[in-house]
Amino acid sequence: MKKEPFLKMSRREKISWQKRLMIRIAALLLSLLVCAGVIFLLVRMNPFDVYKAIWDGALGSERRIWITIRDTMILLCIAIGLAPAFKMRFWNIGAEGQILVGGACAAAAMIYAGDKMPPVLLLVVMFVCSALGGMVWGMIPAVFKAYWNTNETLFTLMLNYVAMQIVTFCIVFWENPKGSNTVGIINQSTQAGWLPELFGQKYGWNVLIVLVFTVVMFIYLKYSKHGYEISVVGESENTARYAGIRVRKVIIRTMAISGAICGIAGFVIVSGASHTISTATADGRGFTAIIVAWLSKFNTFIMLAVSFGIVFMQQGAVQIATQYGLNENASDVILGIILFFLIGAEFFINYKVERAKK
Amino acid sequence: MGENYALELKQITKRFGSVLANDHVDLTLKKSEILAILGENGSGKTTLMNMIYGIYYPDEGHILVDGKEVSIRSPKDSHHLGIGMVHQHFKLVDVLTAAENIILGLPGKTMLNMKKVTAEIQALVNKYGFDIDLSQKIYEMSVSQKQTVEIVKMLYRGARILILDEPTAVLTPQEADRLFDILRNMRDDGCSIIIITHKLQEVLALSDRVAILRKGRYIDTVETAKANVQSLSEMMVGAKVDLDIDRPEPVSPQKRLEIKGLTCRDKEGIKTLDDVDLVVNSGEILGIAGISGSGQKELLEAVAGLQAAESGTILFTDADGNQKDLAKMDSVEIQELGVSLAFVPEDRIGMGLVGDMDMTDNMMLRSYHNGKGGLLDRRGPRQLATTIKDQLEIMTPSISSPVRQMSGGNVQKVLVGREIAQNPKILMVAYPTRGIDINSSHTIYKLLNEQKKHGVAVICVIEDLDVLLALCDRIAVLCGGKISGVVNGRSATKEGIGLLMTKHEKGGEQ
Repeated sequence: MKKEPFLKMSRREKISWQKRLMIRIAALLLSLLVCAGVIFLLVRMNPFDVYKAIWDGALGSERRIWITIRDTMILLCIAIGLAPAFKMRFWNIGAEGQILVGGACAAAAMIYAGDKMPPVLLLVVMFVCSALGGMVWGMIPAVFKAYWNTNETLFTLMLNYVAMQIVTFCIVFWENPKGSNTVGIINQSTQAGWLPELFGQKYGWNVLIVLVFTVVMFIYLKYSKHGYEISVVGESENTARYAGIRVRKVIIRTMAISGAICGIAGFVIVSGASHTISTATADGRGFTAIIVAWLSKFNTFIMLAVSFGIVFMQQGAVQIATQYGLNENASDVILGIILFFLIGAEFFINYKVERAKK
Repeated sequence: MGENYALELKQITKRFGSVLANDHVDLTLKKSEILAILGENGSGKTTLMNMIYGIYYPDEGHILVDGKEVSIRSPKDSHHLGIGMVHQHFKLVDVLTAAENIILGLPGKTMLNMKKVTAEIQALVNKYGFDIDLSQKIYEMSVSQKQTVEIVKMLYRGARILILDEPTAVLTPQEADRLFDILRNMRDDGCSIIIITHKLQEVLALSDRVAILRKGRYIDTVETAKANVQSLSEMMVGAKVDLDIDRPEPVSPQKRLEIKGLTCRDKEGIKTLDDVDLVVNSGEILGIAGISGSGQKELLEAVAGLQAAESGTILFTDADGNQKDLAKMDSVEIQELGVSLAFVPEDRIGMGLVGDMDMTDNMMLRSYHNGKGGLLDRRGPRQLATTIKDQLEIMTPSISSPVRQMSGGNVQKVLVGREIAQNPKILMVAYPTRGIDINSSHTIYKLLNEQKKHGVAVICVIEDLDVLLALCDRIAVLCGGKISGVVNGRSATKEGIGLLMTKHEKGGEQ
């Protein structure tokens, strides 16, 4: 008996952007449908109530909208920082550490120079310090990689823990009130080193800083000579040497930029959002941003959309946790299912699956 | 009717999107015969073989093994039917021994009796006269030994139909001859063998019948005894082809490059080049011959500044007679000095080109840093890409599709086209026609000759001695990193070069 395979897969050569979008929307709808099923089976609740609660949690009031925007910007900033490193195939999973070091530098400037400088100068100093801190933290593994070919994945990961210990150590000196083992809100009375309002919005500066990075990084990666060098080094170091690119220089330079932007994300968190520093300042966002960067294929504008989607779900999670007494992990389950479908959709974008014809 | 045939393909069709890779192909393979499949790049040979081996599934048509219709949905199915394939790129685990690789993936009892298995494999090895040590690790083996392991692996799995995809591309002439002897032994023992190759001489020497494909369509199958190089290449191309390689006289040759006492070592500290002395003149083609791995790659890379020289000098003389020593410089410094040196490396995608980038972006690879400012200028490269695409008749949907998706011949044209566009003083090419069809190969020989006429010093490493003898003015032979002799391309013989290829002594101009 001759048996035919049931399904046939073949690589697509071209696909229109409309079709691409259709596939992604279909994946999103399908994932919501599956989530609904899962919610119903697990907790016997009307999935639409849960969805509505998620929506309310993220966008239900002006305050919530601004928190969603604030967190989106921070996640986006980190993802922008990671993009050049990952494009170079440098597996920088050390954004957590780079954020913490950047944040600690900003906090240090706030604490020690808070009452000694004019406010604008203080903010500039904080910005520069956090960028330098992140830059150093990013360059350490890059130098070791460039000169001794160490494994950057392990190196950057371990530096995260070193950064955490440094912050723990700093807290001993900065704790306020004494004995609380936390730093507390820094400069609460003077608000020195806090990002001021812009256009009447509390988080205006956060948005402006990150959107500038979004545009600049897009151009840097796509249209600059440096960006071209990053792609070539990422593809093959042999080709890079052949093309007359100094590979070591590119690795170190790219990681300096990557680390600096992650450090600035630390500044945005400390100066523009939390006004404090702790080991939880990065809060796993250094890892979440990796998903954002890859899912967007390093296009910074798509990163904006992806960051928003993820923060939207996280904010919604907090809401369903309080409103229905569900565990916060419930939204992780939902987010996981959605991401699974969205990443799975890439397969259908690259391949065509047909029923085998007789 | 069908029982004489080990394998029959009837009206096989395979499409990839809008591309018709195989268009109603018929093919028969008799028992105990060696069938050569001939066709240019993109003619559908590999697709057809992949369908027999179960990697692809045909859209239409039937496959018959031993006269019975079968459906091959995976390589596992094809193993069951006694079909084995040796790919161009070997699929072996480096840190395992030959014997371990051979049994890898086979079902067996819970306990593995390695001694018994090894004895079985050894019996097979002795039967056909293979030359391998089963306890040797793969990474210690030469390319030809690895290939032998692949063949034994297929035989041990009970393959009676063996497919070999360009098996001689990586072998020396002597190793190829030994492979052919083994294949003939296997045929006489009742195996049926399909061999895919570009080299017409090998087809004529080895096969019983030749099947020809052209642009996805089956053209004909002919008895090898009744064919010759000219008739086969015409069937392949579909038109008369000129197989002669031109060799114009050198125009006022001048010393362009003088290499003295060049010695290089690899990472393990083994000498890859040993006291090499060589002169390269403008307006001539210097061929480099030698068994693979004799230092050809290292010689070219040392001149290009990609390989650090331990000692020795590489003196470059420009048109005004100024001299510069390139031996202590890396590729960036050489470029900054303004020495225009074009290099077509052996590893096309992986060194010469970036596979995921399109033609335009690949055009900038060597020139992107020219021009002011930090931003890229893509206008020039885009124009160059269009020009090269038209001039060299590169087959690609557009200049903005990734070069990885092009066929080997087209990839090479992109690379050679870009390097020549630099207006080089020295042009170095490594294996420029490896894995490339006749038409494209001749286009590339013509390009080399044009450069020679423009007064460029051309250095080319080519493994095919017939081509080397037809194209080059002088031929330097490398053996174990030493130059064992430099001969005149017009008067030298294949035998003479063959002797130099194994002579481990430093020799001079003859």
